Amino acid sequence: MAASGATSLLIALLAAASQAGSWCAIVGMPMLGALAAAEAGIALDRLALVPHPGPEWSTVVAALLDGVDVVVAMPPGPIAASMSSRLAARARQRGSVFVAYGQLPGADVVLNSKHSRWEGLEAGRGRLRRREMTVVARGRGAAAQGRQARFFMPDLAPMNAGWDGDKWRRRDLKRPALTLVSAAPEPEFEKVVGL
Amino acid sequence: VSRTLLVWCPDWPIAAAGIVEGVPTFEPVVVIEANRVIACSAAARDEDIRLGLRRREAQSRCPQLHVIEHDDGRDARAFEPVVAMVEALAPGVEVVRPGVCALAARGPARYFGGEEAAAEHIVEQVAQGCAVEAQVGIAEGVFGAGLAARSGTIVRPGETTAFLTGFDIAAIGRDALVDLLRRLGIRTLGDFAALPAASVLARFGFDASLAHRLAAGLDERPLAVRVPPKDLDVSEVFEEPIERVDAAAFAARALAQRLHDTLAGHGLACTRLGIEALTERGEELHRVWRHDGLLTAAAIADRVRWQLDGWLHHRIGRPTAGIVRLRLVPDGVIAHAGLQLGLWGDVGAQRDRAHRAMTRVQGMLGPDAVVTAVLGGGRDAVDQVRLVPWGDERLPERPDEPPWPGRLPPPAPATVLVDPLPAEVLDATGARVGVTARLAVTGAPATVTIGAEPPVEVVGWTGPWPVDERWWAPAEASRRARFQVTLADDRALLLSLSGMQWSVEAIYD
Repeated sequence: MAASGATSLLIALLAAASQAGSWCAIVGMPMLGALAAAEAGIALDRLALVPHPGPEWSTVVAALLDGVDVVVAMPPGPIAASMSSRLAARARQRGSVFVAYGQLPGADVVLNSKHSRWEGLEAGRGRLRRREMTVVARGRGAAAQGRQARFFMPDLAPMNAGWDGDKWRRRDLKRPALTLVSAAPEPEFEKVVGL
Repeated sequence: VSRTLLVWCPDWPIAAAGIVEGVPTFEPVVVIEANRVIACSAAARDEDIRLGLRRREAQSRCPQLHVIEHDDGRDARAFEPVVAMVEALAPGVEVVRPGVCALAARGPARYFGGEEAAAEHIVEQVAQGCAVEAQVGIAEGVFGAGLAARSGTIVRPGETTAFLTGFDIAAIGRDALVDLLRRLGIRTLGDFAALPAASVLARFGFDASLAHRLAAGLDERPLAVRVPPKDLDVSEVFEEPIERVDAAAFAARALAQRLHDTLAGHGLACTRLGIEALTERGEELHRVWRHDGLLTAAAIADRVRWQLDGWLHHRIGRPTAGIVRLRLVPDGVIAHAGLQLGLWGDVGAQRDRAHRAMTRVQGMLGPDAVVTAVLGGGRDAVDQVRLVPWGDERLPERPDEPPWPGRLPPPAPATVLVDPLPAEVLDATGARVGVTARLAVTGAPATVTIGAEPPVEVVGWTGPWPVDERWWAPAEASRRARFQVTLADDRALLLSLSGMQWSVEAIYD
C-alpha cells in the first residue's frame, strides 16, 4: 500500500472474480464502501463481509477459504511467515485465492498502486469522474520480472459525452471496472496474491 | 342437535389490550374501529359509553378515557393461552372468534360428573391459569350456547327452543334482516321461529332461512375442531456434563437426526432453528439460527455442533460448567414441499459450500459477525448500504425509488470512514471556509488539515452538495454541505461541513 488507490484496486480485482460467478469474502475491513463495490460490478449477494473478526482472524480466514473462492483479509498486524504459508497451503488445497490487504511474506504476486491521479475536478467546478492509476506487479515464478500497467478506473464515457442522470439512477452494473491503457501484459494471478 | 359448551370472555378486545399492552382494564377503556366504539370496559359503561359511539363523543362523556385502536391479531394472540387452558381440560375446541370458544359438552360432563361441575372447572381453570374472567353456557348448538353464556346459564336438555323464545330478534346478528323483521312486527326469536320455514325461505332467502333455523334452536352445524399445534421440540438430558467438543458433536448428531425425523414424520421442515443449552450451574444459552433454504439433518447437526463449539471455546462469556441439557426448537415451520435445487447443479454446490463456510464463521463469532450489504435509497454512502446478517432476508432499509436530491454522483468512495475525521479547511487568506445560508462558499478552499497532519494544498474542489435530512425528528436530523476535494498528494476526499465543523467523511481511495 505505497500510494492511495489500493482499496479501489482491491475492489476491481474482486469485481473481475465476482462477475465470473465466484463467491467472495472480505475480512477485517469495516471501512470498505459497499456502494463502490456494487458500482464496480461486485455481486453483493455473493459477497460476505466479516468487519470485525476479533483476535482469531486467521481461523476465520481458514474457515472461509474452505468454501469461498476469493478471501480478502486485512491482517491486524504483521503476519508470521509460518501462518502465511499455512494459509497459502490451505488456499492451494481448496482451490481458492487468498488476498492479504497489507504485507504478506512469501506472496506469489504483490500488486501495488504506484501512482493515482483523479480527473474531473477543477477549482469549484466539475466532479470526480475517473482516475488514472499505475499498478506495479512483482512476484515469484512467472511474475518475477515485475510489470507495470496504467489503468483508468472506473472506465467511463469520455468527458464531453455529458452526464446521464437516468443511467446513474439505474446504477449500470455491467460496466467494466478496469480498462488496460498501456502495453505491459497483465500478470497472471497465482493462488496467493499479496496487495 | 348435540349439547355444546361455550366459553365466553366478556369484553375480549378490552381484556386482550390489558394482557398484551398492559392497559388498566378496571379504568374506563374503549376499543375503537373505524372511529366507532366496538368494545368498552365496565367502568366505561358506568360513564354512559355505549357501543357504536364516535370517538369524540365517547371522550366528551368521559375525559379520562383510554382509547385503544382495534387489532384482530392482538385479540387472537391473547386468546391463544385461554384456548390452551381449555384444551388442557377437554379436547376438541373450536375457536368461534377471539374471546369465544366452543366444545362438545358430553365429554367433560361425563368426566367431571355433570355439566355444572364441568362448567365450574373450566371457569376456574381459565381464571387461575390466565387471570381471565370467563362465563360458560351450555345448550344445544353453538348459537344457543352463545346466548346462554351471556347469562352463564345451563339450559336443560331439550329446552333450548323454549330458552331462545324470549330473546330480542337482534341476537341473530344480521342487521338488514333484523331491521326488516322489526318493521314487520317480529321482535323476538320466538316470533321469528313461529313463522313457517318455507315462507321464510321464499320471502327472505337462504341466509334468513339459516337464521330461522338458529332461532328455532336447530343449530346443526358440527364444531370445526381445531388441531392443537404439535410439540416438535426435541431435548436431551446428559448424565455426564458435556465439556468437550467431540462429545458435543456426537450429541448434536443424534439430536439433529431425531428432530429431523420428527419434522419429516409430520411432513414439515423448519427454516429457523433455536438451540438452547443449560449448564450444570444453571446458565441458559440460547441462539436462533436462520437459514434461507430448508434445514436438512446434516445442516441441523452442523449448526448444533458449531454452536456448541462456539460456546465451549468462546473466550468471553464462556459457560463456567459443562452442558447438561440440550434442546432444539424448530421455528418458522413450513410444509416440506421438497428442496428446489439450482437449474445447474454446479452453482448449487458452490453456493452450498460458501453457505457452509459463512455459517461456520457465524458459529465462531455470532450470527451478526458475517454480513452482506444491501443497497437502498439514501443520500450518502453510509445511508445507501444496509448490512444484513448472513442468511437473513435481503431487504433495503429505504426504497431506492424516490429521487434523493443531494445524492453524490458516482463513482462512490471506496473507503467510508466509520467515525469521520475532524479536519480544517482554509482559504488563501487563511480564513476558515464556510457556507452561507444560500449555499454560497465564502472562499475557495486552499489547504486542508486532517487531524494532526500538516496542511496539504488543494488542487481541485467542487461543491457544496447540501443535505438537510430529517429536520422533523430532532434526534436524527442532520444538516451538512459536502465537498469533493483533490489534494496535492493525489488523495481525493469527501469533506463535509456541519455546524461550522469540517470533517472527512470518506476517501476516494
